Amino acid sequence: MSEARSENSASNVAVFDTHPSDAIDAESPLHWSRQRGVIDAAAGEGQVTVVERPFLGHLILRGGAIVLDEAVRETLGVSLPGQPLGLNHDADGSRSVQWLSPDEWLVIVPAGEEFELENRLRAQLGDAHFAIVNASGGQTLLELSGEHAREVLMKSVTYDVHSHGLPVGKGVGTVFAKTSVNLRRPREDRFELVVRRSFADYCVRWLLDAGREYGLSVE
Amino acid sequence: MSQHNRLNQGGRIDRSRSLSFTFNGQRYQGFAGDTLASALLANGVDIVNRSFKYSRPRGIIAAGADEPSAIMQLGASEAAQVPNVRATQQALYDGLVARSTNGWPSVQRDVMSWVGRLGGHLMPPGFYYKTFMAPASMWMTYEKWIRKGAGLGRSPAASDPDIYDHLNQHCDVLVIGAGPAGLGAALSAARAGARVILCDEQEEMGGSLLDSRESLDDAPAADWVAKAVAELDAMESVTLLPRTTANGYHDHNFVTLHERRTEHLADTAAGAGREGEVRSRLHRVRAEQVVLASGAHERPLVYANNDVPGNMVAGAVSTYIRRYGVVPGQKLVLTTNNDHAYRAALDWQEAGRDVVAVVDSRANPDGELVQQARDSGIRVITGSAVMEGKGNQRVSGARVVAIDTPRFVVTGSIEELDCDTIASSGGYSPVVHLASHTGKRPQWRDDLLGFVPGEVKGMHYAGGVQGIYALDESLADGARAGAEAARAGGFEAAGAMTLPAAASRRESATEALYQVPHEKTSLRAPKQFVDFQNDVTAAAIELATREGFESIEHVKRYTALGFGTDQGKLGNINGMAIAARCLHRSIPEVGTTVFRPNYTPVTFGAIVGRHCRELFDPERYTALHQWHVENGAEFEDVGQWKRPWYFPQKRRADGQERLETMHEAVARECLAVRQGVGILDASTLGKIDIQGPDAREFLGRVYTNKWAKLAPGRVRYGVMCKDDGMVMDDGTTSCLGDNHFLMTTTTGGAASVLEWLELWHQTEWPELQVYFNSVTDHWATITVTGPEARKLFSEVTDIDLDREQFKFMDWREGRVAGVPARVFRISFTGELAFEINVQANYALHVWKTLFAHGEKYDLTPYGTETMHVLRAEKGLIIAGQDTDGSVTPEDLGMHWAVGYDKPFAWIGKRALNRPDTAREDRKQLVGLKPKDPKVVLEEGAQIVLDPDQAIPMTMMGHVTSSYYSPVLESGFALAVLKGGRKRMGETVYLPMSNGTTHEAEVVSTIFVDPKGERQNV
Amino acid sequence: MFYIFCPYCDERREEEEFHPSGQAHITRPADPENCSDEEWGDYLFFRDNPRGIHHELWVHRLGCRKFFNITRDTTTYEILETYPMGERPTVTAERAGVRQEQGVQTADGGWQTVGARPENSKLNEETPS
Repeated sequence: MSEARSENSASNVAVFDTHPSDAIDAESPLHWSRQRGVIDAAAGEGQVTVVERPFLGHLILRGGAIVLDEAVRETLGVSLPGQPLGLNHDADGSRSVQWLSPDEWLVIVPAGEEFELENRLRAQLGDAHFAIVNASGGQTLLELSGEHAREVLMKSVTYDVHSHGLPVGKGVGTVFAKTSVNLRRPREDRFELVVRRSFADYCVRWLLDAGREYGLSVE
Repeated sequence: MSQHNRLNQGGRIDRSRSLSFTFNGQRYQGFAGDTLASALLANGVDIVNRSFKYSRPRGIIAAGADEPSAIMQLGASEAAQVPNVRATQQALYDGLVARSTNGWPSVQRDVMSWVGRLGGHLMPPGFYYKTFMAPASMWMTYEKWIRKGAGLGRSPAASDPDIYDHLNQHCDVLVIGAGPAGLGAALSAARAGARVILCDEQEEMGGSLLDSRESLDDAPAADWVAKAVAELDAMESVTLLPRTTANGYHDHNFVTLHERRTEHLADTAAGAGREGEVRSRLHRVRAEQVVLASGAHERPLVYANNDVPGNMVAGAVSTYIRRYGVVPGQKLVLTTNNDHAYRAALDWQEAGRDVVAVVDSRANPDGELVQQARDSGIRVITGSAVMEGKGNQRVSGARVVAIDTPRFVVTGSIEELDCDTIASSGGYSPVVHLASHTGKRPQWRDDLLGFVPGEVKGMHYAGGVQGIYALDESLADGARAGAEAARAGGFEAAGAMTLPAAASRRESATEALYQVPHEKTSLRAPKQFVDFQNDVTAAAIELATREGFESIEHVKRYTALGFGTDQGKLGNINGMAIAARCLHRSIPEVGTTVFRPNYTPVTFGAIVGRHCRELFDPERYTALHQWHVENGAEFEDVGQWKRPWYFPQKRRADGQERLETMHEAVARECLAVRQGVGILDASTLGKIDIQGPDAREFLGRVYTNKWAKLAPGRVRYGVMCKDDGMVMDDGTTSCLGDNHFLMTTTTGGAASVLEWLELWHQTEWPELQVYFNSVTDHWATITVTGPEARKLFSEVTDIDLDREQFKFMDWREGRVAGVPARVFRISFTGELAFEINVQANYALHVWKTLFAHGEKYDLTPYGTETMHVLRAEKGLIIAGQDTDGSVTPEDLGMHWAVGYDKPFAWIGKRALNRPDTAREDRKQLVGLKPKDPKVVLEEGAQIVLDPDQAIPMTMMGHVTSSYYSPVLESGFALAVLKGGRKRMGETVYLPMSNGTTHEAEVVSTIFVDPKGERQNV
Repeated sequence: MFYIFCPYCDERREEEEFHPSGQAHITRPADPENCSDEEWGDYLFFRDNPRGIHHELWVHRLGCRKFFNITRDTTTYEILETYPMGERPTVTAERAGVRQEQGVQTADGGWQTVGARPENSKLNEETPS
């Protein structure tokens, strides 16, 4: 039971590796949508594509920007976005840090890296006042790309998704249909939606509907 | 019937594409490019409706959104029915089926004529209020028949086969209206580099340029339109939306545009060969700047019998001739107070038909167009007006008389002119509707004889909407407004825009004439209509002012002026002018009118968009949802969550297999938990991660009880109040580390509690070092509960479950089914319970593993209903069900959870000392046991002490939760009762709406295991 | 449909992302235990309802989750400024010189509707804020 035990640092905070050591089946938030054919039913012509990136590590960092910036650069090699709504990636684009509020950032890393990252960050940050919260089970990332991706988003979110409003390197929390999402623009030809687990099925059904006229497909 | 009013050439119609349609069951032909109105006029259809109140025959009066009478019910099938479509705005398509909205059973012969004939003096303004209101109980009956007779359209009785959607748009400059001013504005803004949306309600962009007599750059104006639209279309930053009405202007430049995408092709998208496509789309536009170029509506003059078919506004006559190649009659009399309207006479004459005369109210009109008419041999009668039209089903003549406009009297003898059409023009009213949607009052301009829009932040006006009507000026004004708007949005044009060359015409001034004086008084003269759609006459307005209505807002409501789908587009100014004359005031002194959205009717489908059926509202699923579905759960909506309500099983009875009823399933599930072991998906509980050195201090301030000494590894129940001392939410909070807590909230309270914590932290106590984050979705929560829970659970976990090592209200880390988990010994059932938190992606594995081991213990899944019964048997409240914002912890009997001696004035503490919250006769939570064990009291039922008291009875409280308990073999309830705790053992009564009265005994809230021993084993 | 500038996200967003939380600058009495019932009731229940300039507390619920203040004209719905917690408004009714015209009597302390004044004027004294 070693990984299950918290590695109690001096911070009096319980850290917790949520992953089992054995190979155990995991279900992404869209598992049920796939099971019941919501997603398979949409075999489109692919003018717009939605791809789920399940099981990534999602950490919420809370604290002062200056304190966190140094620790994040040391441990992740990515600097903390200093400006509101900033989104920074590492060289190969697989790790990102996003501004969520003046004292809140979202870090997304490849699956399974989050626990070690949290421990390294905690070690770096020492006695500073901060918080790190693992949100990996609570959200999933959808990539949206294709010729009409912008139109699909215009039917879904109130935010201006034109490059004027949402250029590369920006991410915003905004209204999506009757719920909310975290909408990001990592590249010119791609949008990302970070959706809450319990709303994922609704979001994907909405996207499928909005994208029907463009032959939207979901992977 | 042939199109005998159709010209052989001219117009923007395609004579090679003939379209067939039916109107009131009769088949007609029209051409591609026609509107339903132009096609009806081409076919010589005079009567298109019956009027609302007097049931008079009505014809087409206008050519656009201002048409008050030609209101149609469209659709070939029941499902495709659309009411209140203006024939003037509906493109003709093959197979179109239209009916008059008014005129049941027929527009030609109507059974409502008794109303019309008795009409007049029997139907003064306020008629409906005065006549049909008594007896009050009959109003619904009257109204039904009046509506059927008068006709207001009907909604379809079958489901709409079409879909509608919304598109969120953002732009630098939104230009509303694509006439000369709008096109000029769009071009100058787009050329400056702004993101532009240009919308226009008509089938084609161009507005008045499509039927203009004027040339631009020495070519037909429509040629320039084509060039301008092509240039805009080619620009990536421009969105062109024809057939799109700007219907509502909302705060901060939020504008709703209604785009009709298939309505011009067929009555359903499928009928247009566009199955599955969007029928109409609502664009929700947030514009940095708005250019309103909505133009102006021509006002008709008010004269006797001005509603008989054949009376039209002058501009509409030109539009039908020049745009649709339709001359709506043979012999025209034009009556006007301005130069502009002379175009109708010139167009009519050029179409080869007779212009009997132009009757001009002005003494010496001498503008260019007046001269042109005289030069063409048209008789111009000056200082006069058409006083009265003749004819019943169609105009047969006009009575013309010299008038003294300022004194409002006729001055000469009457001349009768033989004609079948009277075109009238009383000047122009800028279309200020959108500019007044947010409440800005339009301003009267004496020089324009019209209202212009008031100043609206971020809105620019161009062309006719601010009274600039001459073509050259309108184009220039549009270019100016577009450049200004672009500049305000941060875009500067390279240089001044070159405008197409247009003639500048000298015009003589318009005269202020609205109602033409009649030889008889208004009350005795034949009806002079002001509002055609609502049958409001000049006499009615006069009467209203005599009855003491002095503000136009009151006159409106008394007479119905400007009501309905028309919203006073033609009649408002005339009505105000008449009221002003009667009250001896100026028009602006009588008042101004503001308009509300929507400018023209919008279908419900477009408003709803895709937020319907399976996308009506989000459905939130837990990580275990699939299992619940596969195992036959019935679901209950809890907020947006779908939670298993109960799990009905198959049952054999009388040799037949059937599903359990809810009652049977819940009884079985309850007994399983009390006697064996049950399992619940509790993932929907709100979970908030709290970290920071001041986390403990913060908890002490937001909860009523104490948190200073809660050790890591321990859990505590807490009650949260608002500062008024009323219970807001409750839940358990676990100490994960000295600076780290996990708070749970009710399912419904998850978001609001998190916001509540943030509110206090951000606004009152920012100095406290603490952070809050939602982890509701991150963790799945599985509750295993019942006397057998430990045995089952020990098979799947490495945690030491020894009751001394892992006590009630402890939590431990370990593995469950191989998955790292936090396990909490808390109980909402009163039984031994383990609440397991695992990362949600592994929840299904853990759940299934529990079932694999649970078979031998008859592990029973249970839903929210059983959860409710079990918690109520233990007297455990649900915040929001047993509390309603007026209940204190003391009222709930939870003084044990209130730390009065805590050092800080925690939220709610001060209020609990107020005299009102300390009263002993407050409603307090009690248990109720019905005298008849078979009775399950109704939740919400009122409690009285004296069942024989006359109504209104003294209400002492009400039932908050009520169920049947299979353990007690009786109904039981929780209730709030005044002074309840002192009434233990008393009998109370619950009178029901069906006349029966239930008796119940006031008992403790804890019905099962009062000492709490079962959860503590 | 407001278009609201969030001072933390540093840009305007649709109203649907926000939630209003009532009048701004309502400070909880520093020593609640020693407040009179009247003072406490005033803090809990009494709010301004001016015709004209009003300061409101809003939260960017679906965005950055931060609370901030808005100065808004309740007659035109124009938002005159937004500012973070801890700051004071720069646009006020007194400064705009309209408070008196609006029928809002500041001299009597937070009493809003002329003609509806209750017997006990103490009940309507403005809480220290």
